[in-house]
Amino acid sequence: MSERKAITIALAGNPNSGKTTIFNNLTGTRQKVGNWPGVTVEKKEGLIQKFGYDLKIVDLPGTYSLTPYSIEEIVARDFVLEEYPDVIIDIIDASNLERSLYLATQLREIDSKVLFALNMADLASSHGTKIDAEKLSDLLDVPVAFTVGNKNVGMDNLLKEAIKLAESNPDKRENRNVKYSRDIENAISKIQDLIEEKAKDRINYKSRWTAIKLLEDDKIVKERFAEKAGAAGEEILEETGVLRKSLLNSFDEDPEIVMTDDRYGFIAGIIKEIQTTTIKQRVDVSRNIDLVLTNRFIGFPIFIFFIWAMFQMTFTLGAYPMDWIHSGVNLISSFAGSIVPESLFKDLLINGIIGGVGSVIVFLPNILILFFCIALFEDTGYMARAAFIMDKIMHLIGLHGKSFIPMLMGFGCNVPAIMATRTLESEKDRILTILITPFMSCSAKLPVYIVLAGTFFAAKAGNVIFSLYLLGIILSIISGRLFRSTLLKGIDAPFVMELPPYRVPMLRSLMIHMWDRSKMFLRKMGGIILVGSVIVWALSAFPRHVEYSADYSSEINRANESFNIKIAAADEKDKEPLKNERIVAITEIEKLMSAEQTEKSYMGRIGKGISPFFEPLGIDWRGSVSLLTGFFAKEIVVSTLGVLYSTKSSDDKDALKNALRSSGMTPLSALSMMVFVLLYLPCLATIAMIRKETASFKWTAFSIIYSTSVAWIASFCVYQGGKLLGY
Amino acid sequence: MLLSELMEGETGVIVRVGGNGALRRRILEMGIVKGTKIYIDKYAPLKDPLELIVKNYHISLRVEEAAQITVEKQQQQD
Repeated sequence: MSERKAITIALAGNPNSGKTTIFNNLTGTRQKVGNWPGVTVEKKEGLIQKFGYDLKIVDLPGTYSLTPYSIEEIVARDFVLEEYPDVIIDIIDASNLERSLYLATQLREIDSKVLFALNMADLASSHGTKIDAEKLSDLLDVPVAFTVGNKNVGMDNLLKEAIKLAESNPDKRENRNVKYSRDIENAISKIQDLIEEKAKDRINYKSRWTAIKLLEDDKIVKERFAEKAGAAGEEILEETGVLRKSLLNSFDEDPEIVMTDDRYGFIAGIIKEIQTTTIKQRVDVSRNIDLVLTNRFIGFPIFIFFIWAMFQMTFTLGAYPMDWIHSGVNLISSFAGSIVPESLFKDLLINGIIGGVGSVIVFLPNILILFFCIALFEDTGYMARAAFIMDKIMHLIGLHGKSFIPMLMGFGCNVPAIMATRTLESEKDRILTILITPFMSCSAKLPVYIVLAGTFFAAKAGNVIFSLYLLGIILSIISGRLFRSTLLKGIDAPFVMELPPYRVPMLRSLMIHMWDRSKMFLRKMGGIILVGSVIVWALSAFPRHVEYSADYSSEINRANESFNIKIAAADEKDKEPLKNERIVAITEIEKLMSAEQTEKSYMGRIGKGISPFFEPLGIDWRGSVSLLTGFFAKEIVVSTLGVLYSTKSSDDKDALKNALRSSGMTPLSALSMMVFVLLYLPCLATIAMIRKETASFKWTAFSIIYSTSVAWIASFCVYQGGKLLGY
Repeated sequence: MLLSELMEGETGVIVRVGGNGALRRRILEMGIVKGTKIYIDKYAPLKDPLELIVKNYHISLRVEEAAQITVEKQQQQD
């Protein structure tokens, strides 16, 4: 019975330290990507069997410290504190030793078993920096292993060291912690004594660490401490408050600030002993690249070119596989059509399930390409530069430079755009960006504009469509500023952002990146879309038997018969044209029938029911119904209009145009409808994505209500204002 | 003088990091502490934010954030 022993290893480290690469090297494709409970920070873990152990490797979010400043830091710290990983591997970027050690000293204070992975020391030494790892290990009493993440060097050794550490006796290690200023140390030991004396068995963290955090006025620790320690806790917190006040007096500075200084002082001492730098200014390819890419004059043109290229790749290159998937779905549905007998189930299968899921799965190529591009931007380090040059503009809306990319993607499709908000670190920024991105007019809305503007504005259609895009942008800016000053108030995420050196990306990591996110799209979207499609299908397919105003089937029979007689009587050469005429005549009747079916379906009834709501906007019940079906996907608005105006074929744009013109729709009401289409609630797939990315039902509902209200108000102004002006 | 008053290519030594709350703490934790040398690498094309080199890595701050940091300008030595 050789039961394998399980060890949990957590990977900690600064962003850009090469942590993700090491994680990918260690776990390969055996990764599980999900979210940390309750937050939308990505959680990655991998299970591997090695050296006779079951190793569970958890990738903590990249952080610069363990001060609970962002969600990432809270998540990382909670994992270390609450889940007790057997070993924490702290990935230290050798060329960024000083800053990396800040997190290291904090991890050290928690008193878990820490192992340093000194990453990319080869690169650092080629830049003229030598690091005495043995001395580092001695000074902090932490084992150190060398790794070169991007060359996959040192991984086995790293795991061996981690296992060795996990199996070691904890008592053997002594503490080599940061020594703070004398007054601070005195305060720490006072609090520590109080804790030991009065609340020791009630708290599960180390007493020195708790004392330090209380002195730093750490909100989360204070809360938990008060909860657990009860009355004694209150007394200790009070005493801490007194100590803080006296420290504030003597330093003229908050204790936590002094402590941060002290930690860096401690680190500076270590650095002096272990690091020798031979070259003063590092010779830096990265800076040379930056001279071009963030150049005052050509920085923007290059950025615009990259974005254009990404856009082109995503939507133009993506169009080919999209077509294949589209034909594939059609193939499946006609195959299903041929083997499943005519029934309600067949309708559900083909129009509900295959049609609905098919309409989402066609986005897969877009998503794959988009995420490949984004992974490329991130892994090379260009993303940080894009944020750097765009920040000034985005800051006007109260957003971070990085919000630019999702907003821009919104012009293509909102689904990947909203997924792209994952690159934003601050949750508030992410929600704000998600709320305003749908105002970017997506490509599915374009067919609607083309039909309506083409019909009613002829030569000016281009200008009208351009103005619509502009209106969307303006409203997103106004909404952004509005939300920033009301609902999502608070400090803008500060722009303290590292500009990591450019790196050659690894194909493997790009692929893993791309696939992880796309997989999530497929899995999570599949469920919601399936349910949504079935509901939409049911609403438009039921009731099955509507009371038709005319007896269409006998009309079809009659037409059929009269043509049959004509054909029988006609000459051989006239038979073919007559047969075609017969098809046309019958299709005409069938169109009328399906128009009436749509009108009398639940969807149609709802559309008619809510048409008073649209009346002030100059939109009739047909418009209402088609807007309603547009909830499924915006391009459907056009085909529903086609069905309702019973044009011969929904592909035949001219027929629809004529029907629209003769239906009493005016240029003004067409404009009002276009404005409504631009702004109203996002499509089902987007809503599903908003729900997923905000992890909040409340924000999803808010987004739906907000966009629809804005749409209504804007259309109302357009229509009523236009009428007043005499159009 | 303030960090935001330094020109591209100039170096300063940090005297004091002002401001308050989380942002100040974050700046300090990134290693922008008293006595650290800080080099202005460049301003973004629209003059905001700016790119700095501190402790041998590149970091970017908005001008309004840099205006919270007091520095002492160092004479160029070559």
